[in-house]
Amino acid sequence: MKKYISFFKIRFISGLQYRAAAWAGIATQFAWGGMTLLMFWAFYQNGENSFPMTFSELSSYIWMQQAFLAMFMAWFFDGEIFDSITSGNIAYELCRPCDLYSMWFTKNMAIRLSKVMLRCLPILLVAAFLPYPFNITLPPDFLSGVLFLISIVLGFLVLISFSMLIYISAFYTLSPMGIRMLATSVIEFFAGAVIPLPFFPEALQPVMYALPFASMQNTPFMIYVGHISDSEIVKSMVLQVIWLAVLVIAGRLLMKHALKKVVVQGG
Amino acid sequence: MIELKNINKTFKVAKRNAGFSEAVKALFHKEYTTINALQDVSFTIGDGEMVGYIGPNGAGKSSTIKIMSGILTPDSGECIINGYTPWRDRVKHVKEIGVVFGQRSQLWWDVPVIDSFDLIKDIYKVDDTSYKKTLSQLIELLNISEIIRTPARQLSLGQRMRCEIAASLLHNPKVLFLDEPTIGLDAVSKISVRDFIKTINRENKTTVILTTHDMQDIEALTERILLIGKGRILLDGTLTELKKRNSVHKTLTVDYSGEKLPEFENMATVRDLNGHAEIVINTDLLSVSEAITTISQKVEIKDISVAGETSEEMVVSLYKEFEI
Repeated sequence: MKKYISFFKIRFISGLQYRAAAWAGIATQFAWGGMTLLMFWAFYQNGENSFPMTFSELSSYIWMQQAFLAMFMAWFFDGEIFDSITSGNIAYELCRPCDLYSMWFTKNMAIRLSKVMLRCLPILLVAAFLPYPFNITLPPDFLSGVLFLISIVLGFLVLISFSMLIYISAFYTLSPMGIRMLATSVIEFFAGAVIPLPFFPEALQPVMYALPFASMQNTPFMIYVGHISDSEIVKSMVLQVIWLAVLVIAGRLLMKHALKKVVVQGG
Repeated sequence: MIELKNINKTFKVAKRNAGFSEAVKALFHKEYTTINALQDVSFTIGDGEMVGYIGPNGAGKSSTIKIMSGILTPDSGECIINGYTPWRDRVKHVKEIGVVFGQRSQLWWDVPVIDSFDLIKDIYKVDDTSYKKTLSQLIELLNISEIIRTPARQLSLGQRMRCEIAASLLHNPKVLFLDEPTIGLDAVSKISVRDFIKTINRENKTTVILTTHDMQDIEALTERILLIGKGRILLDGTLTELKKRNSVHKTLTVDYSGEKLPEFENMATVRDLNGHAEIVINTDLLSVSEAITTISQKVEIKDISVAGETSEEMVVSLYKEFEI
């Protein structure tokens, strides 16, 4: 276990180096969050009742999404991992007494968390002081806050275990671009990163909630904003655990198969 | 103890002719050719041995190293290193080996080298006391105390390679695989790398397997040589044996005064100009000392040198002989 912690540390520290990128990111995310809210605001002028979420809930949702973007952005991948596969540098990683799956998983967690670390606090702080109803509010009660914390960790792990499948696919395709683009769009759309899931047609919703993508950012943020019933909370969190288990097992099996037929490129 | 028995490995390589229409065709139907990277490779290497593994590009050297370090799974055959089969007991096996790929880097690019070392220490679960001991030994022998606080990206190739080698030895492996460790290095770095390899082989009894194209590496380091070509082991012997086998010709370069050299029996005069002559002898027919005696009876020798075939020439003639 210690080796994975050290591994986490070195990636986390090197991730913290990029402070200018963090400021730029914060600015972009404010602009993006603001624009999204203003767009919804224009729609809401027609009568708030025709929308599934109250505007205040929506504001909290959007700001949470922006603050924790680095944890859930599906289009972000660690180039180093893809490079190591396509260039053959993976040779070194394969001659370490480590489990490659855990090593890459840790690496991904570290990079994403180091990014979130630098960005979430300024965004949350400023968003809290915006005028009502554009501000972010606290979760409805203490219990929801606790459940939110557990759920965001689960959602984060589900996202990483899903992107692990895409990393591993590079063993088979060598150029990961195609699968990457496809997967990115699918995840972003079905996870509620583009439009929150409650806004989708009711007929689609049961399917969307059952997919692993809803277990990523949707569940924790819905718990945070309180747009979910108690029984739904239990159901979605159980689903998160199930998806996490399924994806990790699938990833490990795929990795095992990939390594058996791996051809280390070059030299 | 390293034992390889009848190792086979094939690769499938997609092939197509040049041109747009061929590229379109390849979208629907790909033609593969099978390349036999390794055929029936068998050898045994004892503990503490230092072995040079040579062969032209694409002969299968790196594939063998990759199989021995647990990265590649062969199609068939057995390989047992210190009691483990590399691809089956990968994690246990790799704890006891160190690998240096001369063309790749294992150091983390952005952080000082010492941070990479610390991480490797944790990855291999090396305890503090033995880590400190090994590290100080490596720092001294490789002369890297000045550079370990520098990020890897700012090191020169020679400096980096010394750090790479140190990184591969932090866990005190029993076996060290070096895949072209001196590639691209200048003369000084090459010599310091060679000296270092010699020292750890002698003092820590580390088994060393070295692939290289630099015959000076082989000459300076290894007694035993394995020659591989087209995926087969062609020769297994000592450097001197190989040299003897191939080089029966010696070239004498003579500076002399006095009358022009006459033709001698069993000596071929290649050049003879203004008291400077090159004579080739066949040592099966005439020994070097006999030749010198014969020449000195006729003329006054001012300077003489005897040259055999260099290792480079020997390898070239070996490659020719085996048509690889």
